[in-house]
Amino acid sequence: MGGIDPDAMAALGLTVKVAATAIVFGLPLAVAVSYLLARYRFPGHMILNGLVHLPLVMPPVVTGYGLLLLFGPAGPLGQFLNEAFGITLAFRWTGAALAAAIMAFPLMVRPIRVAIESVDQGLESAAETLGAGRFLVFLTVTLPLALPGIIAAMILGFAKALGEFGATITFVSNIPGETRTLALAIYSLTQSPDGDRAALMLAGLSVALAFAAVIGSELVVRHMQARLGGKR
Amino acid sequence: MLDIELEGQSGALHVDLAFQSSSDVTALFGPSGSGKSTIVNMIAGLRRPARGRIVVRDQVLFDSNAGVDIPARKRRIGYVFQDSRLFPHLSVRRNLTYAGLTGRRSSNAIFDEVVDLLELAPHLDRHPKTLSGGEKQRVAIGRALLSDPKLLLMDEPLASLDQGLKGEILPYLDRLHQETQLPIVYVSHSLGEVSRFAETMVIIANGRLKAVGPVTDVMTRLDLGPATGRHEASSLMSGHIGSYDPSYDLSQIHIGAQQIEIPGKLGSDYPEGATRPVRLRIRARDVSIGRLSDQELRLSIRNRLQGRVEDIARESGAYAEVVVNVEGQRLRARMTRRSVDDLELAPGLDVLVLIKAIAIDRRMLQIG
Repeated sequence: MGGIDPDAMAALGLTVKVAATAIVFGLPLAVAVSYLLARYRFPGHMILNGLVHLPLVMPPVVTGYGLLLLFGPAGPLGQFLNEAFGITLAFRWTGAALAAAIMAFPLMVRPIRVAIESVDQGLESAAETLGAGRFLVFLTVTLPLALPGIIAAMILGFAKALGEFGATITFVSNIPGETRTLALAIYSLTQSPDGDRAALMLAGLSVALAFAAVIGSELVVRHMQARLGGKR
Repeated sequence: MLDIELEGQSGALHVDLAFQSSSDVTALFGPSGSGKSTIVNMIAGLRRPARGRIVVRDQVLFDSNAGVDIPARKRRIGYVFQDSRLFPHLSVRRNLTYAGLTGRRSSNAIFDEVVDLLELAPHLDRHPKTLSGGEKQRVAIGRALLSDPKLLLMDEPLASLDQGLKGEILPYLDRLHQETQLPIVYVSHSLGEVSRFAETMVIIANGRLKAVGPVTDVMTRLDLGPATGRHEASSLMSGHIGSYDPSYDLSQIHIGAQQIEIPGKLGSDYPEGATRPVRLRIRARDVSIGRLSDQELRLSIRNRLQGRVEDIARESGAYAEVVVNVEGQRLRARMTRRSVDDLELAPGLDVLVLIKAIAIDRRMLQIG
C-alpha cells in the first residue's frame, strides 16, 4: 500500500479536529438540554424536544442549507458573528464543526436523557435534605450516576461527527485542507477516475476510527458500571 | 417543638390534619398508605402542601398565608429514608461527609462520635452496594446526623429490614435517642418500634388525624382499634427494675406498690439497689382479667395486678376490650364478649389483671 499520502493525513487530522471540536462544544449543551427535558415540564417542552431531533429526521442537505442561510456571509447570524467577534463559519473548518455538532446533537441527547431519567430522583431528594442546591445535586449525584450514559452518548456523537457529510458539504463546501474531512475526501476520490485505491484506504481508515471509538466507549461504560454496581 | 397544619393532595389521598408535639420523640403511626410519608415529605420540604403551616423548633418552615416556603436544602432536617438512599457512587465515608460539600461541615470530633455511636468504623471505605440492609440504614442515620440537623425525620427506617436485622438496629436507635439531644419524628406502622421510645404519638388514618397525645394514653384508647391494629393493640406500663432472682432467671419490676416478674436479667450494668425506670409494652391479647371468688384457683400466671375496670368496648364480633386502671396506669385487655359478660365486668369494678410473664419479651422493653 505504501505510505499514507499527505492529503489523506491532512483529511484525517482535520476530521478528528472537526469532530473533537463539535463534541467539546456540543456535549455540555446536550447534557444541559437533556437535563432540562428529563427533569422539567415547561411550556415549549415538546417544541424544544422536536427542535433537537429535527436534524435526525430532516435531509442533511436541508440542515446544511439552513446553516448556510443563517450563518452564511449574508445570513443574519453570520453577519452578526462576523461584525461582533470577527468569526466566520461558512466555508471554514469551524463551520464544519458546527454542522457536525448539530447533526450529532440528537444522537447525544437521546441516550443522555435516558441516563438522567434513570437516575433515582430519591437520591437527588436525599442530597437536597443534606443541604445541596440544584446545581450541586446535579454535579455530585445526577452527573456521576448518568456518566456511563453520557460517555456512550459522547462516543456515538463523535462517531457521527466523524462521518458527517450532507450538511457539511452544503454549508462549508469541500475545500482541501480546510473543510475536506475524511467523508468528503472519500467522496472526492470516488469522483475521480484513478481514486479507487486511495478511496478504499480512507474508507478503511474511517472504519478503523469508528470501530476504535465504539470499542473504547464499551470498555469505559463497562468499567464505570462495575464501579457503580447497578442503580443502588 | 413541632407545630404542623397541612392540607394537600398525594395521588388519590387527601391529607388534611393538624397536630402539635412538644416531645423529643414524636411517632407518626398509621397503616400503610395513610399519608405518613406524605406528611414527613412535606415537613422535609420535598413535597409542597397546598395550604398549611409547618413550624419546627420555633422556626417557620412553611406558611401558605405568609408566603413562606423554605427550600428543603435550607430546612436543616435530617431525613432517614425507608430505602436508605445512600449514594451508590460514593464510599461510606464520603456518604457520611456529603453534607460537608454543602457547607455543613462537621468537626472531626463529631464525625468520630457519630461513627462511634453507629459503629461504622470498619465500614468507612466500603461501597454501599456491599453493605447489608442494617448497615445501610446505620450509614443513612449517620449521614443525616452529620448534616447538623435541627430535627431528624425517620420514615420507617426498619421497614425494609427482616426481623433479625431489626433487632440488630434497634439498640442503635435507643442510643441515638439517649445520646443526642436531637428531636426525632419517627414514622412507623409497627407499634413495637413506636412504643419503644416515642413520647408523643400521632395516629393517622386516610390522611387525617385520628388521635394525638402521650403514647401511653393514645395506646389505651379503645376507639382507635382499627388504626392501631387489633392484633398488636397494646398498652405501655412504666415501672422500675427491682431485684433479680438467679435461680428462676426472673427480674422483678415494680409498678407502683405492686410487682410483676419478667424473664431474664435486666439492666445488668447498673449498681445493685439503684432504681432504673423501664417501659413495658404489653399486648392486650396477653392480658387476662380475673375476679376473686370463694373457690381457690391455682394459676400458672404469677403476674397478678390489682386494678379497677375503667372502660369496656364491645366489638361487633366475638371480642371486647377492657381498660383497667392499675396504679394510675391504663392497661388494655382483650377477651371475648362472652368473658366480659360471664365475669359481669363493669366500670368501677375491682379486678385482678393477669399477665403471662413470657408474653413480655426483651424487645418490648425500653430501659430508660
